[in-house]
Amino acid sequence: MQYLLLIYDQESQWGKLSEAEQGKMYQEYGDFTQSITKSGHYIGGNQLHPVAKATTVRVRDGKKVITDGPFAETKEQLGGYYMVEAKDLDDAVAIASRIPSARFGSIEVRPIVAREGPRP
Amino acid sequence: MTIEQIYREESGRILATLIRLLGDFDLAEEAVQEAFSAAVEHWPREGMPANPRAWLVSAGRNKAVDLLRRRALFEAKRDELARLSALAEEVRETPEESMFNDDRLRLIFTCCHPALAREAQVPLTLRTLCGLSTEEIARAFLVPLPTMAQRFVRAKQKIRDAGIPYRVPADEELTERLETVLLVVYLVFNEGYNATSGDVLVRRELCGEAIRLGRLLHKLMPEAAEAEALLALMLLHDSRRDARANASGEIVLLEEQDRSKWHWEQIHEGLELTERALGRGARGPYALQAAIAALHAQARRPEETDWHQIVALYELLMREQPSPVVELNRAVAVAMGSGEAEGLRLLDALEERGDLKGYYLLPAARGDLLRRMGSWKAAEEAFGDALLLVVNDAERRFLERRVAEMKGKIGG
Repeated sequence: MQYLLLIYDQESQWGKLSEAEQGKMYQEYGDFTQSITKSGHYIGGNQLHPVAKATTVRVRDGKKVITDGPFAETKEQLGGYYMVEAKDLDDAVAIASRIPSARFGSIEVRPIVAREGPRP
Repeated sequence: MTIEQIYREESGRILATLIRLLGDFDLAEEAVQEAFSAAVEHWPREGMPANPRAWLVSAGRNKAVDLLRRRALFEAKRDELARLSALAEEVRETPEESMFNDDRLRLIFTCCHPALAREAQVPLTLRTLCGLSTEEIARAFLVPLPTMAQRFVRAKQKIRDAGIPYRVPADEELTERLETVLLVVYLVFNEGYNATSGDVLVRRELCGEAIRLGRLLHKLMPEAAEAEALLALMLLHDSRRDARANASGEIVLLEEQDRSKWHWEQIHEGLELTERALGRGARGPYALQAAIAALHAQARRPEETDWHQIVALYELLMREQPSPVVELNRAVAVAMGSGEAEGLRLLDALEERGDLKGYYLLPAARGDLLRRMGSWKAAEEAFGDALLLVVNDAERRFLERRVAEMKGKIGG
């Protein structure tokens, strides 16, 4: 099964880290990505720019409404994601718990809807 | 054995095995129903098969294949059908106890998976492992039937779509996951043990079901000392079921209970299990509570209760699971062991902290200590305070009786 692991944490905390700490974090993410690539779990993943750079689009009555910012203000923000192939939820949760941000933020594990083929 | 008895005894096992074979909760449930319908039709004519369980699993599997065909999903499910046919052989060859047991253990861990809501874990376990109907469970938990049915639908959808696995967790996760399973079983037990409203009879059955689950867990995971302790705790509490209330349903306190009404066989079993669990190093909340219950059970008369040891156990429990309710229990035990004044001092400290604000047992415990000291007026006031907070009918009647008793003492 495929799962999207959504990484939520407080953007404001990132700015408070020293350069060295930020570097260590990137290093940890790099190691983690490499490790799940090697184990065959990795499908994709990216870091996102902060919500300050988000734009939200809605179409209402055929009219495009564009607003600055995320669709909702939340305490923790979506900061990145991984798409992984995992045997089952336990497997996906085990991977999610190894994401460096899991230690201070939250990882939401969302199963991807399978469109074709027999159910795994 | 009648088919009905077999249904009661075996449907959980058969369901567990079919869920593994079919990999689909709903399909497996339907297949179990169909298999029993087939049994009702065939067995009276052809006699009961030598191994009814294996017959039912095999019939269920065949019915599942039919069901899939009937749904005209044959093309899409061809691979699956081939797989199922192959499994027919396996079922015929290994209809062993161990296979069914393993399947049930897997199912318990699935039903109690932490990714499911607690309000779904408990009923799901009762339905799939104990074979209770949705209607019975709804009645037991005082929830409207459609609400309960909806919980099942959602839980099963989550199991399927989120990929909640159907297996016993790996060793490194086992302790943590077993905790959830034990908690679910204990919740089932408490739901029945504390039943005073609604359909009391149905709710009381929950104690029996919880003990059945406890036995199953203990049998399947004999090495888990906390599971053994939980079974012991439930047996010891449940052994007092006929002495806890009088004929008119009023609460009878432990010290006033007719100990000849306790179920002594159950107590002996509970004591043995407690001792073994403690001997194997169980020191969790269930083991400590079982040890406390064991001390109560071992006292032939209330005044022979070893309160000092009970206080010590509550202190360990405080460390394991800090809670103001445990502290309240400890204060009462201190009062019984070292005198009411000492107990009242602890109750004052608890009250000052305000953690138990609104909890009727705090003034009720105070009232009881004052009553023992012969301070009738103060006791009456405390019971009156408790009456303002109590919600449960049986407990209300108990407190009203105490207030009346105190009034009588003051008057006399």
